[in-house]
Amino acid sequence: MSGPSDFQPTNPALKWIERRLPIMGLVHSSFVAYPTPRNLNYWWTFGGILSIMLALQILTGVILAMHYTPEATMAFKSVESIVRDVNYGWLLRNMHACGASMFFLAVYIHMFRGLYYGSYKEPREVLWILGVIIYLLMMATGFMGYVLPWGQMSFWGATVITNLFSAVPYFGESIVTLLWGGYSVGNPTLNRFFSLHYLLPFVIAGVVVLHVWALHVAGQNNPAGVEAKTEKDTLPFTPYATIKDAFGLSCFMLLYAWFIFYMPNYLGDSDNYVVANPGVTPAHIVPEWYYLPFYAILRSIPNKLAGVACMFGAILVLAFLPWLDTARTRSSKYRPLAKQFFWIFVIVCLLLGWLGAKPAEGVYVIAGRILTICYFGYFLILLPLLSRIEKPRPVPNSIADDVLAKNGGRPAMVSAAMALMVAGGLLFGNVQNARAEDHQEAPPSVKWSFSGPFGKFDRGSMQRGLKVYKEVCSSCHGLSYIAFRNLADAGGPGFSTAQAAAFASEYKIKDGPNDQGDMFERAGRPADYFPSPFANEQAARAANGGAYPPDLSLITKARSYARGFPTFLFDFFTQFQEQGPNYVNALLQGYEETPPAGVTIPDGSYYNKYFPGHAVKMPKPLSDGQVTFDDGSPATLAQYSRDVTTFLMWAAEPHMEERKRLGMQVFLFLILLSGLLYFTKKKVWANAH
Amino acid sequence: MNPDASTIAAGAPIEVDLTPIAEGQDIKVFWRGKPIYISHRTKKQIDEARKVPVASLPDPQSDEARVKAGHDQWLVVIGICTHLGCIPIAHEGNYNGFFCPCHGSQYDSSGRIRQGPAPANLPVPPYQFVSDTKIQIG
Repeated sequence: MSGPSDFQPTNPALKWIERRLPIMGLVHSSFVAYPTPRNLNYWWTFGGILSIMLALQILTGVILAMHYTPEATMAFKSVESIVRDVNYGWLLRNMHACGASMFFLAVYIHMFRGLYYGSYKEPREVLWILGVIIYLLMMATGFMGYVLPWGQMSFWGATVITNLFSAVPYFGESIVTLLWGGYSVGNPTLNRFFSLHYLLPFVIAGVVVLHVWALHVAGQNNPAGVEAKTEKDTLPFTPYATIKDAFGLSCFMLLYAWFIFYMPNYLGDSDNYVVANPGVTPAHIVPEWYYLPFYAILRSIPNKLAGVACMFGAILVLAFLPWLDTARTRSSKYRPLAKQFFWIFVIVCLLLGWLGAKPAEGVYVIAGRILTICYFGYFLILLPLLSRIEKPRPVPNSIADDVLAKNGGRPAMVSAAMALMVAGGLLFGNVQNARAEDHQEAPPSVKWSFSGPFGKFDRGSMQRGLKVYKEVCSSCHGLSYIAFRNLADAGGPGFSTAQAAAFASEYKIKDGPNDQGDMFERAGRPADYFPSPFANEQAARAANGGAYPPDLSLITKARSYARGFPTFLFDFFTQFQEQGPNYVNALLQGYEETPPAGVTIPDGSYYNKYFPGHAVKMPKPLSDGQVTFDDGSPATLAQYSRDVTTFLMWAAEPHMEERKRLGMQVFLFLILLSGLLYFTKKKVWANAH
Repeated sequence: MNPDASTIAAGAPIEVDLTPIAEGQDIKVFWRGKPIYISHRTKKQIDEARKVPVASLPDPQSDEARVKAGHDQWLVVIGICTHLGCIPIAHEGNYNGFFCPCHGSQYDSSGRIRQGPAPANLPVPPYQFVSDTKIQIG
């Protein structure tokens, strides 16, 4: 049911083009005159939102690829360079990373809409299957994208997921070697994942074209599930659907902006701020939230091959939906039993997601098995059964009748949206709860000047922190992502460029080779980075009893702890992102002379209340009176801890103040835009009801 | 798209000197990107491994089949859990062997799976004794 193509441009030049390539007519018939059912609700705006998100991901991704280096020893640093040095690189990175999550959020809502309203039924089966293909491609793309920053989670997630393919009988090992490009996840793996990650979004775009084409052949489904019969049932796409989609998009952008500007790391894992180490496995390997339900299904099955088969089967079963659910009534609105089971299915999916982040032990394993059975049972047993035994309510005669009969369908949509948001919040926040199983005491929450939407770094605190770092920490810990010039950057410790240059000149920097082929030392320059105290990791370990003092540039983003239920829900709204600083601050003050009764600390280690495992190789680095401050601040351990933590938070995220400032502007703009679009939409639609 | 020549070359055999490894100690070396545990087992560990009835194991294999004749105290295994690829921790777990922190698989002092979701024993890489104190892996 493609729209009437009665479009003829009046301009002679455009007429010339139109005769040779009728692209304007195509756009007109597909997106302007195209007849859209007039009873669509806001669940139908997500198709348009998805198209925009794909375009945004491609745009931000292509620009990021101009600055990213897909090589194992350089990838992590190149991402940090993007965030720190590339103009608005931090914004591009946040948009792309949070964009992936928003992309999946939109696609899940889009899919659940399809399930509820029977959008997969005749004649839309191919449309639906194309959608499943798009979803599979998205999952592959997302997985490969997450590997690219080459953090600990990137590497170990890649190891776990590529190892899955070894379950394939006979070909398994060859497939895995092909994926790896070597004998384990390594540089060849990273290179080919980058190549494919760049490729697949364009494949997705191609399948999306087919998807929209298939949609336009059949026409859109609608909440009543009754096909459009007459002109009274439909409205031209522009301006009606266009303005409604624009308003929906604007609200979606508000949520997107909340993540980009205020909670960029809420959905991620702090372990990914630690560079990949093939020799150290993180205590908790958790995939990104959008894979959690399938991860839970995988781990529920005790057999490796069966687990992999069920995980893929859980996605592939969607493709068979048109033949599993053969009920004549399309929309669950008129299927009272199917409607109830649908919502139970939604809860099953959310619970599976929650389980995916839990360790596979005890009651979680049993719960996972029950929920996996429920998941497959819904598709393979329940829906076919309901098709046979359910007595549906009578559907409206036409879409026009449905619109006239409707009075206030909005509240149902709004409450469902609220429920989804809370459930989604539970799911998102739970990603961090994998750490709750450590039974570690949580560090006390401290008030930081940089927290919240109006947070700013305390300049004096940063300068004192720099002094603490320079006089104490730098003897063992590097700060290699910070250059001396950064000290003069806006939003930083507030040095002038001359002061930064003077600060740099006090350092001896190794340079060379000179024309004789020798390395030499010279005075530091603003462009130089803080030198590391040891030449390499082995030298650092040898000097510190086998333990490696980590580089502190990212330490406040690379450490976290579980916030527990329901705190992590509130965190989303209060913008709490200060787990790292709380931890570092607590650690520095958490040393105790004698460990509690029954706790033994190995020789050469020290007891610390907040260090995981309590035995830390670093002796207590700070004590009262160790550093004197020029501004007269108290020379106490508590003061040192807070100041050096503030300084290190800036070192981890130099652009935080700019991020929050721009965020405020974007937010005000989007709120205003949403308001204006809402009233415009109401005006446009006034004569349609 | 299979591994290229330089990757294969980097995976060439390596030699490891066993003299610095004291009894009861183990080291971790990397070969072909994989961690390899070389354990200098104590008599207690060897006896514990040999006392277990082979048929009762999830992946039946005798301890003798996993070491080189005449060099029973040396256990060389690839330190990758056969479940989902994490690196198990040596000298941990109920069997005086290895413990994988990811999902709780436990291996004994012969690197065989005893408990947990892992389906197979820790694989033994190809290696031979060049001399009594040196092995070549690969």
